[in-house]
Amino acid sequence: MYVAVKGGETAILNSYKLLAEQRRGDTAHAELTIDQIRQQLKLSVDRVMTEGSVYDPELAALAIKQASGDLVEAIFLLRAYRATLPRLGNTRALDTTRMQLDRRISATFKDLPGGQVLGPTYDYTQRLLDFSLLANAQEGLEQTAIPAALVPLAALPSVPRVVDLLNQEGLIERTERSDHDPAPRDLTREPLRFPADRATRLQNIARGDEGFLLAMAYSTQRGYSHTHPFVGEVRLGQVAVEMEPEELGFAISIGEIEITECEMVNQFAGSKTEPPQFTRGYGLAFGQSERKAMAMSLVDRALRAEELGEPMESPAQMQEFVLSHSDSLEASGFVQHLKLPHYVDFQSELELVRKMRARLANPDEAPL
Amino acid sequence: MNAPEVNFAYLDERTKRMIRRAILKAVAIPGYQVPFGSREMPLPYGWGTGGIQVTASVIGPQETLKVIDQGSDDTVNAVNIRRFFERTAGVNTTTRTHEASLIQTRHRIPEKPLVEGQIIVYQVPVPEPMQRLEPRETETRTLHGLAEYGLMHVKLYEDIARYGHIATTYDYPVLVNHRYIMSPSPIPKFDNPKMHMNPALQLFGAGREKRIYAVPPYTAVESLAFEDHPFEIQQWQAACAQCGATDSFLDEVIIDDAGARMHVCSDSDYCQTRQDEKEQA
Repeated sequence: MYVAVKGGETAILNSYKLLAEQRRGDTAHAELTIDQIRQQLKLSVDRVMTEGSVYDPELAALAIKQASGDLVEAIFLLRAYRATLPRLGNTRALDTTRMQLDRRISATFKDLPGGQVLGPTYDYTQRLLDFSLLANAQEGLEQTAIPAALVPLAALPSVPRVVDLLNQEGLIERTERSDHDPAPRDLTREPLRFPADRATRLQNIARGDEGFLLAMAYSTQRGYSHTHPFVGEVRLGQVAVEMEPEELGFAISIGEIEITECEMVNQFAGSKTEPPQFTRGYGLAFGQSERKAMAMSLVDRALRAEELGEPMESPAQMQEFVLSHSDSLEASGFVQHLKLPHYVDFQSELELVRKMRARLANPDEAPL
Repeated sequence: MNAPEVNFAYLDERTKRMIRRAILKAVAIPGYQVPFGSREMPLPYGWGTGGIQVTASVIGPQETLKVIDQGSDDTVNAVNIRRFFERTAGVNTTTRTHEASLIQTRHRIPEKPLVEGQIIVYQVPVPEPMQRLEPRETETRTLHGLAEYGLMHVKLYEDIARYGHIATTYDYPVLVNHRYIMSPSPIPKFDNPKMHMNPALQLFGAGREKRIYAVPPYTAVESLAFEDHPFEIQQWQAACAQCGATDSFLDEVIIDDAGARMHVCSDSDYCQTRQDEKEQA
C-alpha cells in the first residue's frame, strides 16, 4: 500500500549522526587534532585556503577535519563561513619582490642573482612508498637536519622577479602598474559579468578548482591553443601584507602570509599592432600550491587571446567557458543537485515519451 | 548553528539590502534577469541557494513560511530549507498554502490559487531560457535587449516539424508582460497558466547563476505557442488515488514489484486538505 513520503526531518537528523560517526571512525584510535592537520597536512590546508579565499590555516584545518578530508567540501565550508564576514578594508598590492623566499626556480635562466633554490619540493623525490612512515618514525628527521648555510635567500632584503631582472632588451612584455590602475572588482560581492577584464579573470581562477584549471592548462599544451610556455619563475615564501588606514596616511604591516607565485613566459609571434615578443601569464596561490599557480598562469595566458589578437579556437581561450565552470562550489553543487527529487519533471517527460511512442505505433493517427 | 550565532535569516543586513535592491529592479522590469552578488550559502549551489537568499531578504519575524519541493512539504530538501529558516529566523512555518505569507518552492506552484499579499519564491537552476540554444551570456543578453527571440521560436517550430508538437514539458518558456522571454523555472507546463495575472508577487532566485527576476502581481505571462499549435497542458486519464482529484498534477507511484502504478497528487497540502474535507463531510 502506498505511504506518502514523510519523515524527511527524522531521516536528516539520523544522517547527521551517521555522518559524525563515520567522521570519527574507530574510537579506539586517537582523534585527529586541528594542529596535526595544520602541521602534517599542510598542502591540503594550503589548497583549502586558496580556493576557500581565506588565509587562515586554523579554520582551513577545521574545515578539513569537519569534511572528513574531502577538500572540495572543506573549501565549501570555508567559503560559506567567509560569505557573511564584514569587509574591514583593502590591503595594498603585495610586493612580492620583498618576499622571504623558501624556494625559487627558473626554467628560462640558468643562473640568477641569489641562485636557484630548490627548497621543499616533491619534484625530485622518487615516488616509492616510504614504508618507514608506517611506523611513525621520527629518526628520519634527525638524520637530515638542514644546514643553515642552505638558506641563503632569507638574508637578501629584496629579490626582484627574474623576468623583470633579465629583461634588459625588452623582449618580454612589461606589466608596470599605472597609478590610475582601477581597484579590482570583488567577485565575492559582485557577480561575474562578461567580458571580464584580466584582474577579474585572475580573481576567478585564483578561486577556481585546481583540477579544472590543471586540465584546462594541460589542454593548451596538447594543441588546444598552444602558448609555448616557459617557467620564468616559480617562487615560494613569506610576504608582508600591508594596509594603509585612512586615518594614518601610511602603510602598516598586518602580518605575513605564505604564497606561491608563478610567472610564465610565452612566445608570441606578434600581431598587427604588437612586435614579436614574449608575453606573460600569471599565477598566485596561498601557501605552497605550485600545481595550482602554474596551471593558473597558463590559463591566464590562454585567456588573453582576444587582447593579443590571437585566433579564438579552443576552450581554454574562451572566457565564458573557463570562468563560468571554474568554481568547484558551483560545479559540485549543480552536478550533485541531480540527487534531489525530480519527480515532477520526470513525470512530465514520461508523459511526453509515451505520447511520442503512441504516435510511432499508430502513424495513421492525425498529428497532434 | 544556533540562532544567536547568525544574523536574522542568516544573511547580514548589507547583503540583504543589496538583494532587496536587485528585487526592486526585477519587479520594475518584469521578466528581466538582474545580476546580483550571490553569496556562498551554507547549502550547496543548485539546491535552492537563490531562493533561499531571496527568501532571507524579504522575510520578516511576522512571516509564516511554507517550503515545498516537487509540490510536497515533506521531501528532504523542503524539510532542510524549512529547518534552515526555523533555526536562523525563528519564523512560524506551515504546510497550508492559504496560511503562508511566503512560499518557497522548487518545481511546482501550489494547486490552491494564491492571493494578494502572498509572495512565492521560486528556486531557479538556469535563469536564461535560451542557454541551451546559445550558451554565451554576452549573446543572450543582446538578444534580450533587442527582444530578438527568433532562436526560441525556431526551436519550438523544429519540435513541431519533428514530433508534431512542442516537446518541452517543464521549464516551458513564457513571455512576461509582452516583453521578456523568461524561464518559469522547472515547473511542469501544467503550472504555467497559474503564473498569468497571478495576484501574488512571484520572485525568482538563481544563486549559482547570480540572477534575480520577478513577475509582479497581475502581470501577463504567456506560454509561447503558435496560432495553429496552441499551448496545452498535461492531462491524465486517472484521478488521484488518495483524494480523487482530477484537476491537479499527478505523480505516478510504483506500488509493487510487478510495476503496478497509481497516481497521487504532487501537491501534498492540496491532497491532504481534500482528504480532510471528505472525512468531515
